Amino acid sequence: MSQMMYWEALRRAHDEELGNDPLVIVMGEDIGVAGGTYKATQGLYDKYGAERVIDTPISENGYTGLGIGASFVGVKPIIEIMSVNFAWLATDQIVNTAAKVRYMSGGQLTAPIVIRSPGGTAHQLGAQHSARMEKVFMGIAGLRVVTPSNPKQAYGLLKSAVRCADPVFINEHELMYNMKGEVPDEEFFHPLEGSEVVRQGRDITLFGYNISVHWCLQAAEVLSREHGIEAEVVDLYALSPLDREGIKASVARTHKAIIAEEAEAPVGVGAEVMAIFNEECFFELDAPPVRVSAANVPIPYNHKLEKAAIPSAKDVIAAALSLFPGKH
Amino acid sequence: MKVMPGFAQQGVAENDSELLSVTDKKRLLREMLYARRFEERCYEAYVERKIGGFLHLYSGEEACAHGVLEAARIGHDYVMTSYRDHIHAIKCGSDPRAVMAELFGKEGGTCKGRGGSMHIFDVAHRFMGGYALVGGPFPLAVGIAKGLKMKGGDEISICFLGDAANNQGTFHESLNMAKIWDLPVLYVCENNLYGIGTRIDRSTAVQDQYKRAAAYDIPAVQVDGQDVEVVYAAAKKAIEHVRSGNGPYFLELMTYRYRGHSMSDSNAYRSKDEESKWLKRDPIHILRNRLIDSRDLTLSEFKEMDKAIIEEIENEVIGFAEQSPEPRVEDLEKYVLAENDPYVHGGVN
Repeated sequence: MSQMMYWEALRRAHDEELGNDPLVIVMGEDIGVAGGTYKATQGLYDKYGAERVIDTPISENGYTGLGIGASFVGVKPIIEIMSVNFAWLATDQIVNTAAKVRYMSGGQLTAPIVIRSPGGTAHQLGAQHSARMEKVFMGIAGLRVVTPSNPKQAYGLLKSAVRCADPVFINEHELMYNMKGEVPDEEFFHPLEGSEVVRQGRDITLFGYNISVHWCLQAAEVLSREHGIEAEVVDLYALSPLDREGIKASVARTHKAIIAEEAEAPVGVGAEVMAIFNEECFFELDAPPVRVSAANVPIPYNHKLEKAAIPSAKDVIAAALSLFPGKH
Repeated sequence: MKVMPGFAQQGVAENDSELLSVTDKKRLLREMLYARRFEERCYEAYVERKIGGFLHLYSGEEACAHGVLEAARIGHDYVMTSYRDHIHAIKCGSDPRAVMAELFGKEGGTCKGRGGSMHIFDVAHRFMGGYALVGGPFPLAVGIAKGLKMKGGDEISICFLGDAANNQGTFHESLNMAKIWDLPVLYVCENNLYGIGTRIDRSTAVQDQYKRAAAYDIPAVQVDGQDVEVVYAAAKKAIEHVRSGNGPYFLELMTYRYRGHSMSDSNAYRSKDEESKWLKRDPIHILRNRLIDSRDLTLSEFKEMDKAIIEEIENEVIGFAEQSPEPRVEDLEKYVLAENDPYVHGGVN
């Protein structure tokens, strides 16, 4: 194990996959000569050349479609979309082609592409650079969606996504690229399905993914220290398909549940997890589960308003305490 | 607006390699006639409700696919197009029975009934699909070309699309990328003068589509798309350019579709006068008459051929599609994701 930053873990996965297979390519805006906005491809242009580490024009739908077409003839493209807000422009190719081509060709053709993109609210980037899109992509049949919450996952999920025969969307976060964590020294492939119990506890489950896993972990410490509540924290690193069995098993252990997401509530990850509670483990619940979500607004520029729009560990704590009458 | 092209000097053969032999011309005549009869039989099957959804027929445009693909290397080069795709697939080598079975939604179809008329795929013959978002294939075709260039073979990527697709952003994004990376892709613009029901002069600032390729410094020509020999000669030059590593090429073929955009279209937006002018330049009649004039064919031979084709389509093609089984409902969720992919559940470490 060695400590590395999230971006370093991504860079290592890129480097290993480029080294492993001459048909792996990386493409995106400023990922070559400039080394990537978040450094995920730093130095790889010099190492592998312009044919394989490709600076694209600012044409998100076009270069995503190009990656998909290349994947039809055996190329394994890793496509970086600089901000998930720009991925809206590429939804045509992602949704109409990559996700559907296996099905509508009767299994003849697949689009084994990887799309990496940071989605999330950083620091005063305004409404058009702060959106979260995972809710959109996880609703599309034929597309896998994963969202690493730490460097180990960032490395291992990208490695598996490159090797997997399905199109995989990797949802990252602008605020997490400098996060440090342990990554195995040996090559490692993280499963693309499932969930992970990252803290054990008997009283309540806090479900999170990507950045909200960290709010849940912070909240769990406070709940334990100040309120004597032991929370289990479950990391839903796979958003599509969601781990129904893992969700059900945790609720069966704790009988109370919170789902925390950075995005707005309507038609979101929380909504979907709530539906799974209903369908899989309704009678295990001792109290109505609660969603912790963003305000349903375009993200404001003003720092105070921006902070008010996005949930935090405090909101997770408050939501958890609401399920323990007399504890607050 | 230019509704009748006059391209006498463009696209004609300049050397022997761009000429078709009499044997080839007779075969192409049969293939184009087969295509016409196939599409007309689809029309009937649609009226009989054997074919559902949307149905876009190629009647009138046969010389485009046949002339270009005759000049390509079938089964070697990669081909894709829009939703008007049956004939391109058949010319690429797809079994017409499987294409018709696909239109009937049957398990014996090219895509096991999952695709339908707008989504014919036959990867074994390198027909990489029919796509139903206008302009969607532009970047996919550049991507195939990128892969082919990386792998170092001499295959090329050929993308057929209509004139109206050129008003999508993907046209500009894709031509730009094709040029900056000099990728082996041939764009074939089948200019039938209408985008759905809107005439080109009402939707498009520059009506000569080949001129738009100049914005990306891509060589382009416009030729008569109703004369298969002209199309063949122009495509030979275009394909030679692309295969030799000179980068992309844009070939505009002036053509006309006889039916509406799809079966739900009454053609009310076109004048009878315009239609009859184009009917006089029917691609099958042009080639037939030329072969009769040169005494390589008689009218009665042509009629015999036509009769045999109609019978073959009825007995072999429709018969196969009728008898092919429906897909099983138990298989509804098959083909969404890869089955048993080792990277999904870990276990590969």
